[in-house]
Amino acid sequence: MSAENQLPATHYLNATSGLRSWLLTLDHKRIGILYLLGVSFFFLLGSAFAMLVRLELLTPQGDLMSPDTYNHMFTMHGIFMVFFFLIPAIPGVLGNFALPIMIGAKDVAFPKLNLLSWYVFMTGGLLTMYGLLTGGVDTGWTFYPPYSSLYSTSAVLPVGIGVFVNGFASILTGVNFMVTVHRMRAPGMTWFRLPLFVWGQYATSLVMVLGTPVVAITLVMLVLERAFHFGFFDAAKGGDPVLFQHLFWFYSHPAVYIMILPSMAVISELIAAFARKRIFGYQAVAFASIGIAVLGFLVWGHHMYVSSQSVYAGVVFSLLTMLVAIPSAVKVFNWTFTLYKGAVALEMPMLYAMGFIGLFVIGGLTGVFLATLGFDVHVHDTYFVVAHFHYVMVGGTIMGYLGGLHYWWPKMTGRMYSPFWGKTSGWLVFVGFNLTFFPQFLLGMQGMPRRYHAYPAEWQVLNVLSTAGASVLGVGFILPVVYFLWSLRAGKIAGPNPWGARGLEWETTSPPPTFNFETPPVVEHEAYDYVTPAEQRAAGSPPAGTH
Amino acid sequence: MPFRLPFFPEQASSFAHEVDALTLWLVGMAAFFTVLIAALVLVFALKYRRRSPDQVGTRFDESPLLEIVWTVIPLVVVLFTFAWGAKVYFRLYRPPAGAVEYHVTGKQWMWKTQHPTGQRELNELHLPVGQPTKLLMTSEDVIHSFFVPAFRVKADVLPGRYTTMWFTPTKPGRYHLFCTEYCGAEHSRMIGWITVQEPEEYQRWLASVPVAATLAEQGAGVFARLGCRECHAAGSEAAPALAGLYGREVLLASGASVRADENYLRESLLDPEAKVVAGFDAAMSTYRGQLSEEEILALIGYLKSLPAPSTADVAAPAESVMR
Repeated sequence: MSAENQLPATHYLNATSGLRSWLLTLDHKRIGILYLLGVSFFFLLGSAFAMLVRLELLTPQGDLMSPDTYNHMFTMHGIFMVFFFLIPAIPGVLGNFALPIMIGAKDVAFPKLNLLSWYVFMTGGLLTMYGLLTGGVDTGWTFYPPYSSLYSTSAVLPVGIGVFVNGFASILTGVNFMVTVHRMRAPGMTWFRLPLFVWGQYATSLVMVLGTPVVAITLVMLVLERAFHFGFFDAAKGGDPVLFQHLFWFYSHPAVYIMILPSMAVISELIAAFARKRIFGYQAVAFASIGIAVLGFLVWGHHMYVSSQSVYAGVVFSLLTMLVAIPSAVKVFNWTFTLYKGAVALEMPMLYAMGFIGLFVIGGLTGVFLATLGFDVHVHDTYFVVAHFHYVMVGGTIMGYLGGLHYWWPKMTGRMYSPFWGKTSGWLVFVGFNLTFFPQFLLGMQGMPRRYHAYPAEWQVLNVLSTAGASVLGVGFILPVVYFLWSLRAGKIAGPNPWGARGLEWETTSPPPTFNFETPPVVEHEAYDYVTPAEQRAAGSPPAGTH
Repeated sequence: MPFRLPFFPEQASSFAHEVDALTLWLVGMAAFFTVLIAALVLVFALKYRRRSPDQVGTRFDESPLLEIVWTVIPLVVVLFTFAWGAKVYFRLYRPPAGAVEYHVTGKQWMWKTQHPTGQRELNELHLPVGQPTKLLMTSEDVIHSFFVPAFRVKADVLPGRYTTMWFTPTKPGRYHLFCTEYCGAEHSRMIGWITVQEPEEYQRWLASVPVAATLAEQGAGVFARLGCRECHAAGSEAAPALAGLYGREVLLASGASVRADENYLRESLLDPEAKVVAGFDAAMSTYRGQLSEEEILALIGYLKSLPAPSTADVAAPAESVMR
């Protein structure tokens, strides 16, 4: 094993050098880094739009920008965040980096497809940026016709095509992960020895491969409708505008699970690592991921309770949506009970995991509110919905993503970041997040509609609180950029296993060599086989927790 | 009244208490589980915190009993919630037979409303308190959504078809009306007011608004202008009679049958070949593009006002049935 205070002589970051070696790399870890750069860029762009939205809403009059500009701002915020950050972030960055190492493989099954997926993702992003520069788009990220097809004068075509192209990046990643998990597991790595992160990524891949083609077709239909007036969604030609909503949500509701499942997968790793204990109910948690992925395809109609859908369809979708709460609750209870009799260390990534549980519980339970037919009618398309999905998307997905990034950062770079600044940013994110989005639940209950540029004066106090929270949240998001960059130069050398965690990724050097392991690993234990030092010595391997 | 939730708008319709009672249950249930989970996480994290760097957790990771408990309890809770929500929803979307019908047309970026007595308003709707009220709504352009927070009701307003909502205002006052489906640049200005008045006051208000004809009379005018009677006279062999058609089951040439509701009447005007009545040829040409949404609504209002001929004198001319 290498010395404690220096990086290994050769690792994946310095094995080859030059821009070309990065742009043509087939190494899943480097592709993970490429994704990190891409999604970070789009996240900062999406955040800038969000900040402008919040600034406009500081006053009720709608005086900072024109209504038209405001409509562009929330649309571009939604499009960049959903399609170019939330969907690709965890699979693209953490999945690419960690999944092959965690199953003991030297790479993914199709390294060239993996690189292609990044280029497809960036092409989709650049097309969307082109749309942004040639006038932007003002339809909302949901692109509902007939507004998007017949009335909007904005750049719907380039953006629609950009999102369409980006979908193929998801499909490529999904196919790659599925084949990798089936075919590339190390000897002894049976399905029920897989870390739960891998189960979660597998369930996500399933949704990406099965769901994304539907949104691709839907966007093609929208483009044909707008450019050539096909009439799929035009009532005057015998089409049906609500048909688009069915097709769109058939993908976009499962897409919510594309965003949250990988984050849940990260949380399982963090909880096990920082409680030094096997996840409670491993199989229940694994099957809950698959359960959520499958049920996710059967609930799209809950977006249409007030869209003229039949009352009976509403009832069926409400019932099915309620069932999603069950695997979600199973996961939350199992994580909670993993802490029971654990050896819990409140390190930085663990704070994110605990924050995730709290916020996801609120996000999930308010999902039950919205699934409840009689209540949804009142808050449908109000700020209650906005608050709910930000609790799931930001409180869930982003907390999980940041937790995972802080957990694997020493593995990715070989160096530690400042724990003080890490914890400071974690607290700022948690407090800022709640201050931003909790008032929005109250606004929604009072009836404030979403996508409003101006609003009645009685709602100003809650809006001011929300904008203040967004500012705190913004600082919380900028800080990691600073201390992560700082750690690359000046961070303490992490060593192979800084957290004392179990899992194949902690048995190789930090950063790992290009093909991940000096000798191909053979797996003889369950996942998360934390054992006492005495048991370890008896088994003849170094105990967990020493480094 | 039983209770009023903080942060909730005024309760001004017959649904408000029902929706708020459901909300109270949801908030209580969510608060219970949130506090439970947060407390367990914090207590476990502090009680079992790591005391030495080498310490690992005690192995305890399986309990079928616990798994069953935290599967079954949430299942029971959500099924109960589902049933309660569905019950309220059915009431919300099923107007009673006696509800008085008003027409709403959405258009970028305004709400046009019309009373059964013919009065028109813009971004306003006056209603008498205590009257079961049904709105028949359509859009001239994109999708809008009609939302009155104080009534706890909402329904999308779509181009090319009718949607309905109903409620009984229970309290005089002025209540916000919002468009809640994003509809373009001035979406946030597509707002208005519902004014609920005592019945006598409402009558005085109606009398103060000049109106040439009731809705049905306006529709009768359109009917005459278009010459509909040439084919649709009672007993005609060219086209089906229209008196008493509304609400009836109609047997189609295809063998299927359809209920003659507003959407059917609208479709038969604009796309007459879509559902041809059994026993007739598809002889009618479309009126698409020749009628405004308001004229179509007036025409449908007129058709609905025609009473059904009694079974004894089906062959009698419509005029005689109408007196």
